[in-house]
Amino acid sequence: MSSHSAEALTSDATFLGMSWRKTMMWVFIITDGLLFAGFLASYGFARAAAPEWPDAHEVFHLWFISLMTFVLISSSATMATAVAAAKRGDHATVKKMILATIVGGTVFLGMQAVEWNALFAQSVTLSSNPWGVAAFGNYFFTITGFHGTHVLSGVIILAVVWLKARSGRANAEGVEMAGLYWHFVDLVWVFVFTLFYLI
Amino acid sequence: MSEEAMATSNEAELLETSEGHELGFIRKYVFSTDHKVIGIQYWFTAGVMGLVGALLAGLIRMQLTWPTTPFPFLEKIFPVAYAGGFMSPEFYTSLVTMHGTIMIFFFVSLGLVAGFGNYLIPLMVGARDMAFPALNMLSYWTVVPAILIAGASFFVEGGAAASGWTAYPPLSAVPSASPGSGTGQTLWLISVALFIVSFTMGGLNYVTTIFNLRAKGMSLMRMPLTIWSLLIASIIGLLAFPPLTAAAILLLLDRHFGTSFYLPEGLYIAGELIPNGGGSPLLWQHLFWFLGHPEVYVLILPALGITFEVLVPFARRPAFGYRTTVWCLVAIAGLSMVVWGHHMFTSGMNPLVGEFFSIGTLLITIPSTVIGVNMIATLWGGKLRLTTAAMFAIGTICFFGVGGFGGLFLGNAAADIQLHDTAFVVGHFHFMIGGVTFLGLLAGSYYWFPKMFGRVLNETLGKLHFWLTVVPFYGVFGTMHFYGLAGAPRRYYNLTQYGYLDSVNGWMPLVTTSFAAAMVVGQCFFLLNLTKTFLGKRNADNNPWEATTLEWAAASPPPHGNWGPEAPVVHRGPYEYGNSDADEDYVHQCVPPERVIALS
Ligand code: HEM
Ligand SMILES: [Cu+2]
Repeated sequence: MSSHSAEALTSDATFLGMSWRKTMMWVFIITDGLLFAGFLASYGFARAAAPEWPDAHEVFHLWFISLMTFVLISSSATMATAVAAAKRGDHATVKKMILATIVGGTVFLGMQAVEWNALFAQSVTLSSNPWGVAAFGNYFFTITGFHGTHVLSGVIILAVVWLKARSGRANAEGVEMAGLYWHFVDLVWVFVFTLFYLI
Repeated sequence: MSEEAMATSNEAELLETSEGHELGFIRKYVFSTDHKVIGIQYWFTAGVMGLVGALLAGLIRMQLTWPTTPFPFLEKIFPVAYAGGFMSPEFYTSLVTMHGTIMIFFFVSLGLVAGFGNYLIPLMVGARDMAFPALNMLSYWTVVPAILIAGASFFVEGGAAASGWTAYPPLSAVPSASPGSGTGQTLWLISVALFIVSFTMGGLNYVTTIFNLRAKGMSLMRMPLTIWSLLIASIIGLLAFPPLTAAAILLLLDRHFGTSFYLPEGLYIAGELIPNGGGSPLLWQHLFWFLGHPEVYVLILPALGITFEVLVPFARRPAFGYRTTVWCLVAIAGLSMVVWGHHMFTSGMNPLVGEFFSIGTLLITIPSTVIGVNMIATLWGGKLRLTTAAMFAIGTICFFGVGGFGGLFLGNAAADIQLHDTAFVVGHFHFMIGGVTFLGLLAGSYYWFPKMFGRVLNETLGKLHFWLTVVPFYGVFGTMHFYGLAGAPRRYYNLTQYGYLDSVNGWMPLVTTSFAAAMVVGQCFFLLNLTKTFLGKRNADNNPWEATTLEWAAASPPPHGNWGPEAPVVHRGPYEYGNSDADEDYVHQCVPPERVIALS
């Protein structure tokens, strides 16, 4: 390009060895994480203040939720494989593994829809439920819904990366950034899972 | 495309346009991605919104001063709000709400953080633009609809939101709770949500630009204090806004989807029992103030950074305690995250928890005081050049002292139970979030105006502006402290009905309003100054104040891409003044070590 390009726009300044795009992704993840922290802290506050709370074992099919969780965690593993392959320049594996991750995310979303439907069938909804503990439905659907939309946007981002990879335009950093987001979404689920289903 | 290729093509475009390939008017001044244009757009937008906010304040003052006098001319302008010549109570609460919202979000935030942040960050760290120029443009064009929506909310049924800038539920959560709780409140929420989105984009840009696009040699500890303050303010903003977003989403669900996050059982609204239950309005207060308190520091830190920046070149001495100041900024940021409860002392919180928040709040006054003392120590023994900019900067220190003094009383839970929600609080925060930020904004405006527009503002008009801003400000908000001590509650529509206020009602509100009128006159001198200067010739050279930081190495105003073909290289700290070896008493950051020796 132009003769000026030696004096690059970006100086060699980096933050903890990261490029500015990756710095930005990290900052975004932290802020997004705090959004969930806000939700989850409110949930904790409400649950601590509530005189009673429905028993998780009666409301949910825990084996099904565990399966869902397993699918999502496995998709994190396939994603990590894709990132490692992208760093080596192994394009075939990148494409395969991203596709596997997309499938994992989609299956998770499908299972979540099934779970929500089962709850609706017991007339557990956003605003009311048979136990008369409005806060339960309020928080459950808001938080899992919010997490679900994050998974959905992750799937869309991965689809874009996959299309780019297919036409050979994906770069290692792009794959890595999509991976960061995907791991973050999975990590949030670990908290949601623990706080709603286990305790 | 690899990152390097992207960076270089960006670079090439910037240089091309700076070498004369002109962009069209729209790309250059309206949908521009140039950080300087965006900064100036924010600066002007903030100015206009400041005037709008002041207008609302004027109406509030008239109501508080003459609650029983009819104003037939206002009925002609606002036939509904002033039916019969008297302001309606609903309109009053909307005014208070929108005055606060506009001033905090659309005046101070836009002017200080978005305006100066965008304009100064790349120039002062030696970059050609922000890390992500397109995102930057998007952030401005997200704020514009936010402003329009806030403005439009005055004209919907029921009027604008009326639950205060703090939007406490149930008033904000139940659409039928008050006229302004309907569409007005929904629009308020949308407007604030857009603002948050815009600020998040801006914050991402600031942080990445400061971390990754610094010029060669610009180590963190060589950054000007303005940049430090903006960096830390952006970080607290990024940490504090998401929980508010979460709170706003929950509020929206309560309003429109039948949830009860903030609504307890057994609540009667307009004589009717509402069906919700199980939530708590205190949840909102916690989430709101978890943001709200850091947010006031998001605004004050850049004001302090700018003030320090402006003081140094006019004191002709290095900044006193540069490192301590940086660490105090960091300490303030950290502590500001754990003091939110001081806004809730009267909410029935456990006294032990209150004690925790009291101690945190009193701790935060320590680094605040250190910064103030560092500023004063910078002036000590300096060769003062009392320009308008310097005077505004000195005024900022004074206001910071007075505001902090009031804060000491409020931070003490025992005293605050008496003072909470009185005019004392209004006086306190106006010195801080009103005074320090406003004077910081003005100090910065007088100081960087030559860089922004290639013209120096008139000093005589500037000094008139200064005196007619600072003196009336003490009159307005100092008086308010005493009105609050006398027991006057804030946000009340008509205080003449409280007998215990009779001894002060006759004169305190009138004194306040008279000083407010004087302040309006003072701002007219600023508008006059701006007009005169814009109509006048370009008269600023690159470094009119003989300052040392990078932006003064660029042309005034700087071209697209800021630096011409060679980006600057930094060789020293930001404030090397009073060097008696050299010909001049200052050494610019770009001067390499060899040249200083040669000069001496
Ligand atoms: C020296 C440090 C400070 C202390 C100890 C302090 C203390 C307090 C306390 C305890 C309150 C609550 C009063 C009440 O509602 O009863 C308060 C309110 C407030 N403070 Fe400060 N403050 C300090 C600095 C600041 C700064 C730097 C700003 C802004 C830039 C600020 C802006 C505000 C605002 C806007 C409110 C009122 C919020 C509302 O209720 O609408 N304060 N302050
Ligand atoms: Cu506070």
